Amino acid sequence: MATDVITGGLDFNAEVDVESIEASARKARIQSIRQLVRYTVLKLVALVVTVAIGVYITILVANMGGAVDKMRLATIREGVALAATANPEFKNMSSAQRVDYINKKVELESKRFGLDRPFAIRSFEFLRDGMTLNLGYSQQLMSDSGSRLVRNILLERLPSTLILFGTANFILFFLALFAGLSLSRRYGSFADKAVLTLAPTSAAPAWFYGLFLILIFAAWLKVLPFGGMVDAPPPDNPLDYALSMAKHMILPIMAWLVSAIFLTAYNWRTFFLIYSSEDYVEMAKAKGLSDSMIERRYVLRPTLPNIITSFALMLIGLWTGAIIFETVFNWPGIGELYFRAIGVFDTPVIVANTVLYAYLLALTVFLLDFIYALVDPRVRVGGGGRKQ
Amino acid sequence: MKGFMDVLRQMAHYPTAVIGMVVIALLLIVSIVTPIVIPYNEAVRLWRGGENVWRFYPRNAAPAWFNWFRSTDQAASIILNSAEGDVESTIEQISADTREERFSFEFDFPYDTFPSEMIMFAAAKYASKQPFIEMTWITPDGREIRAGEFSAGPNTPVRFDQDTRLQRRLERETGIKNVPVVKGLFDDPNIEGLQVLQGTYRLDATALLFEPESALDLAFVSYGQVHGWAGTDHQRRDLSVALLWGTPIAMAFGLLAALLTTVTTMGIAAFGVWVGGWVDAVIQRITEVNSIIPLLPILIMVGTLYSRSIWITLGLVIVLSIFGLQIKNYRAIFMQVKESAYIDAARAYGAGDMRIIFRYLIPRILPLVIPAIVILVPSFVFLEASLAVLGLGDPFIPTWGKLINDANTQGALFNGYYYWILLPSILLMVAGLAFAMVGFALDRVFNPRLREV
Repeated sequence: MATDVITGGLDFNAEVDVESIEASARKARIQSIRQLVRYTVLKLVALVVTVAIGVYITILVANMGGAVDKMRLATIREGVALAATANPEFKNMSSAQRVDYINKKVELESKRFGLDRPFAIRSFEFLRDGMTLNLGYSQQLMSDSGSRLVRNILLERLPSTLILFGTANFILFFLALFAGLSLSRRYGSFADKAVLTLAPTSAAPAWFYGLFLILIFAAWLKVLPFGGMVDAPPPDNPLDYALSMAKHMILPIMAWLVSAIFLTAYNWRTFFLIYSSEDYVEMAKAKGLSDSMIERRYVLRPTLPNIITSFALMLIGLWTGAIIFETVFNWPGIGELYFRAIGVFDTPVIVANTVLYAYLLALTVFLLDFIYALVDPRVRVGGGGRKQ
Repeated sequence: MKGFMDVLRQMAHYPTAVIGMVVIALLLIVSIVTPIVIPYNEAVRLWRGGENVWRFYPRNAAPAWFNWFRSTDQAASIILNSAEGDVESTIEQISADTREERFSFEFDFPYDTFPSEMIMFAAAKYASKQPFIEMTWITPDGREIRAGEFSAGPNTPVRFDQDTRLQRRLERETGIKNVPVVKGLFDDPNIEGLQVLQGTYRLDATALLFEPESALDLAFVSYGQVHGWAGTDHQRRDLSVALLWGTPIAMAFGLLAALLTTVTTMGIAAFGVWVGGWVDAVIQRITEVNSIIPLLPILIMVGTLYSRSIWITLGLVIVLSIFGLQIKNYRAIFMQVKESAYIDAARAYGAGDMRIIFRYLIPRILPLVIPAIVILVPSFVFLEASLAVLGLGDPFIPTWGKLINDANTQGALFNGYYYWILLPSILLMVAGLAFAMVGFALDRVFNPRLREV
């Protein structure tokens, strides 16, 4: 209803003062920015609370068998033992004395950290540590830089995960958008029917298609690498490094696209078709506007909020598969780390990784909510935001 | 019933749906027949039995039907077991205690490739003196090669490949240095290089038994390059056991998870809409929190720390999906339905809350729910496979995902054992596609609006 205020309004009444229109437009713009900020902050607060609850549940699940307690105790013991061996005063102690000393000190320390307090109270400390990924030392795994701090191990691998999934989802979004648009233009054509027939193939996850793609392109044709992120040894020249990485990303991205593109393009094409049968589109056609203009202004614009919601829901589902996806392609991200942590039963890493996934999910939701606010005028102009 | 036939008739318009239904029917038949033919305990015993169960099976053999696609005929396994009556023995008494027993293992070898290995299994009963056995290899062109001698214990496998003296003899015979024994025995001497001589081979085993009570059974196995319809893995296990047993597991897991999660989600959405107010708001917030909790990592965590039982996994999947994002969709629809006039009418005649929810709200939404359940099945089938591929499969039951996991850890793709990954993957794909295709068609039958666009 109020959308015309933003676009400046059409010049129906020539006698209206131009300046006053400009002033009201400026006012509307400021107001819409304020709305946007308010919406964003609200969403952010809601998400932080949501993540906190999610992490708390994760910790409850993890500590059902006292796993987190054991982690904490191990961290304390390691610290005490390290201090005892480093301290020159204890050099002359017999080993029995030293063990006795360490045990006493561990008991004291665990009291200091409150391990003797009831779990209900301690769980909130775990929550704080979990939220900051401050989960002590890993039991087996090490970061490439040699650190055993869980946080370092995880953060070192985060960029490769973000690069792969960022690129893949970026390509997926625009490819599906263009495919959906062009299919809606040629409704009922062979391509349209083919995509409809192929839509059920999205039932299989990306890692599954990855197996086939590796089989074809790596094992059989031998044109692309089996997996990994760069050639071994990694090239020194940044350009060569980027090229080698791009080569290693072809198969994972292909698998990601194959598993999602048909269903996504089909769904979005349906959205486009629904919106292209609206009366105002007919009106625009009658006015003689060009096809591309109709598509951009009258079809794409109102469909985008729906598309972004559908994309958000899909991404939430796809994150789940990321662990196996990275494992199949041997991509050194947090998913592959998760797989290795399972292999050696490295509890701190597993718990911290779960928390990190909760963060990534929340971040995805937030990012898309933000984009949603940008494209949906109802959010900017007063309204209550997404209707759910 | 009439409605059901109606749906079927409409489904027949979609060829993909017909294919899907046939495939699902086949999978269900396999799911019912397999547990009857191979009971659960037997399947677990077979799959975890190790070498003793599978010693007559070749290692890493491709399925037999691979031969149809190859120009060369790969060797199949040949098993001749005197205990099973495959071979008759002739007995000659030499003295009061000692007798000579002659076994003659005769077999056709019409293949183009050599066997992967050859073993003679001897099982002897004796009090103190072990029976002694001498073997002679007779080729189709009549050459006789001494193929070793050994003393038989209660369970003695004699691997031809490990006989260095036989190898030296074969080196002289074939003129090739370090020739593997199995290849040397089947080599055609008139052709340069190693080439199979096809025809009827004979292995004569002459056993001397030194005690009247002692007895001897011999089993000769020439292991093939291909085996059965599914091939074998690195532990000689026949993959058909896992492929067959994977079917009921995948079906049960997928169908139960899809059905239970959908029903609970729908129930909660209906309840929230009907009661409204703060209950609805709380359900909304729980759904949002739930969408942040990463499902697979939680499943993995529980699998690592507590239990890998497939039923615990199933329960957990359902618990975590009760407040799934689907609630939002169902809620939107229930909201519309709630405002309908016929609900007011029901309320006017004094229907209770439960009656309205179960008799008016839910039936209205069933056309949306039934396709949703069917479409959901593949995602759970693949979820189970995903966990197994991560090495968190149920420790006892063989499944499709566990085969892929085994194959991956043994480097199947790298070593060229494609069948090992292809067979379970194709089954997963076929099962997933069948349910997805039927689900899509059901969606169009139940929701005619979709057909217009």
